[in-house]
Amino acid sequence: MLSLKLAWRNLIGAGLRTWLNVIVLSISFVVIIWHRGMLDGWHEQARRDTIDWEIGGGQYWQRNYDPYDPFTLVDSHELLPAEWQEQIASNTLTPILVSQATIYPQGRMQSVLLKGIEPGQTILKLPTENLAEVSHEIPVMIGTRMAESTKLNIDDVVTIRWRDVNETFDAAEAKIVGLFRTNVPMIDIGQLWIPLERLRQMMQMPGEATIVVSSPEKVKYADLTGWTFRDQKYLLSDIDQTIAQKQVGGSIIYVILLLLAMLAIFDTQVLSIFRRQREIGTQIALGMTRGQVIRLFTLEGAMHSILAAGVAAIYGIPLLSLQAKYGIAMPENTDDYGMAIAETIFPVYSIGLIITTTIVIFITATIVSFIPARKISRMKPTDAIRGKIN
Amino acid sequence: MKIIIAILIMLPMIPVWAQMPSGDEILDKIDQNMSSDSRVFTSKMIIHGRRGSRTVESKSWAVGDVKSFTEYLAPAREKDTKMLKLEDQLWMYSPSTDRTIQISGHMLRQSVMGSDLSYEDMMDDKKMQDHYDAVVVGTDTIDNRLCWLIELLANTKDIAYEMRKIWVDQKRFIPLRQELYAKSGKLLKRMELSDVVEIENRWYPKHMLFKDMLKEGEGTEFIIEDIEFDVDIPDYRFSKAALRR
Repeated sequence: MLSLKLAWRNLIGAGLRTWLNVIVLSISFVVIIWHRGMLDGWHEQARRDTIDWEIGGGQYWQRNYDPYDPFTLVDSHELLPAEWQEQIASNTLTPILVSQATIYPQGRMQSVLLKGIEPGQTILKLPTENLAEVSHEIPVMIGTRMAESTKLNIDDVVTIRWRDVNETFDAAEAKIVGLFRTNVPMIDIGQLWIPLERLRQMMQMPGEATIVVSSPEKVKYADLTGWTFRDQKYLLSDIDQTIAQKQVGGSIIYVILLLLAMLAIFDTQVLSIFRRQREIGTQIALGMTRGQVIRLFTLEGAMHSILAAGVAAIYGIPLLSLQAKYGIAMPENTDDYGMAIAETIFPVYSIGLIITTTIVIFITATIVSFIPARKISRMKPTDAIRGKIN
Repeated sequence: MKIIIAILIMLPMIPVWAQMPSGDEILDKIDQNMSSDSRVFTSKMIIHGRRGSRTVESKSWAVGDVKSFTEYLAPAREKDTKMLKLEDQLWMYSPSTDRTIQISGHMLRQSVMGSDLSYEDMMDDKKMQDHYDAVVVGTDTIDNRLCWLIELLANTKDIAYEMRKIWVDQKRFIPLRQELYAKSGKLLKRMELSDVVEIENRWYPKHMLFKDMLKEGEGTEFIIEDIEFDVDIPDYRFSKAALRR
């Protein structure tokens, strides 16, 4: 208790030197929590949006389907099992047929994926009700990114050329009947959504599908031959890995920030021990053991982090709360590289994040304070009182 | 009386019908001109794009319809790129990466060096008589040459184009125009063949214009600069090892 009181008085007594250290350390606190909060917020949003828009409660993949290998698409279609018809009718499963095609917007040639989906489905957030429109042309719905890259808009007509199940070319006009805005580029870029039955007719694949999306409710369906169930964990693994990599990248910033703060504490400790030798000698002469003196100096250094936490709370809590409330706008087209990023990211600051950051900074500050304090153990009290430098 | 009048009206047309060969006969005669056991040729492909035209020069060796080897000679960017086609497989060697890749699946649908031709078009070597019913549907004139107009309708399912139309020079039995149609009847591609010359007792078009009708632009010209028929080509020419030489 005495050490605590002494350490506190010494720390406050050091004045500006202490407060400079505390401010630098508090900035590290706030920046680390803010950056990790941003990544956590992005992670949570990306997972939520991907579930809502793309993967639902998981997907059944036709045995040949591999989204990373376009070569597999030609053979990735199969008749839907009779066992699933009831669930499809009750909207707890929704089939999607995928095939390749070419479109000619403004006379340019562009490869696309045609995705057939039931207009009445409710599992995915896609506004598929637009596809219920009856028209002579093929009704097509596209995302805003696709609309931008192809310069297509509502009511525009574009030629689609495809090859049916027999590899015979066919072509027809398609009309854009709906546009949707999503944070999930994987269902937008290079894709045309059309009514499932229409695509089945075009491809001559009656009753077939490539993937079947299940509703997010945890309903267990029988695994059927020819179809492999991919759960949310599997389908979200790319997002999880990307965020994990970002966190590793972010930790470099944390290390630099902490190094700056710790360097300041280290310097302060070295200077204190140099300037306060008579005090150290007197304390030992009055009966304090070397260990107690080391503990006192270590405690002084470690207290920087406690003060920094307090200071960080004073300006950090309002600042970070505001960001959590209003979010941080992301630059345009940030998500074009293929991962779901909302236009505005809302950072998420969990208790675990705050406690972990505090503990890490406290431990680091303690270690950095202890290293120069070890020198005290080699001091002779008589020399120390005389101010002799070892 | 009506029957007699009808016969009198149709009488002048009888010699035309009598002379009109069947679709298969015309296709056979085209084959005699266009096909050979082997051929070696140098060519220029002029690709007309939105931002101007560029020319790709190449030399090709081919045996029948199943084996061919092409080496690109110019421009510098494409120089030494090589392509090998064996039956229904296609490999491409790129000197910049020093790698040989097999072109398959969706890549076959990509355009060859930005032209109106896809790799798939280049691979299309199915014998028309085996997959189409050819019917002469009339006559037409192209570049002042009288042509038979033949309509080919697919009689098998696994065929790229369900319908083709070919305009064939009545005298020289060379197609002067060919149109490829989708199942819906939409015109997809058109080829115009011209500059027909006599080489080694056969007629051969030295200029071809390929046009993807759904795409804007002036299409891709293919000009044969020099061609030799029935040449002995060593087997190693059609090996994957030859791609790296």
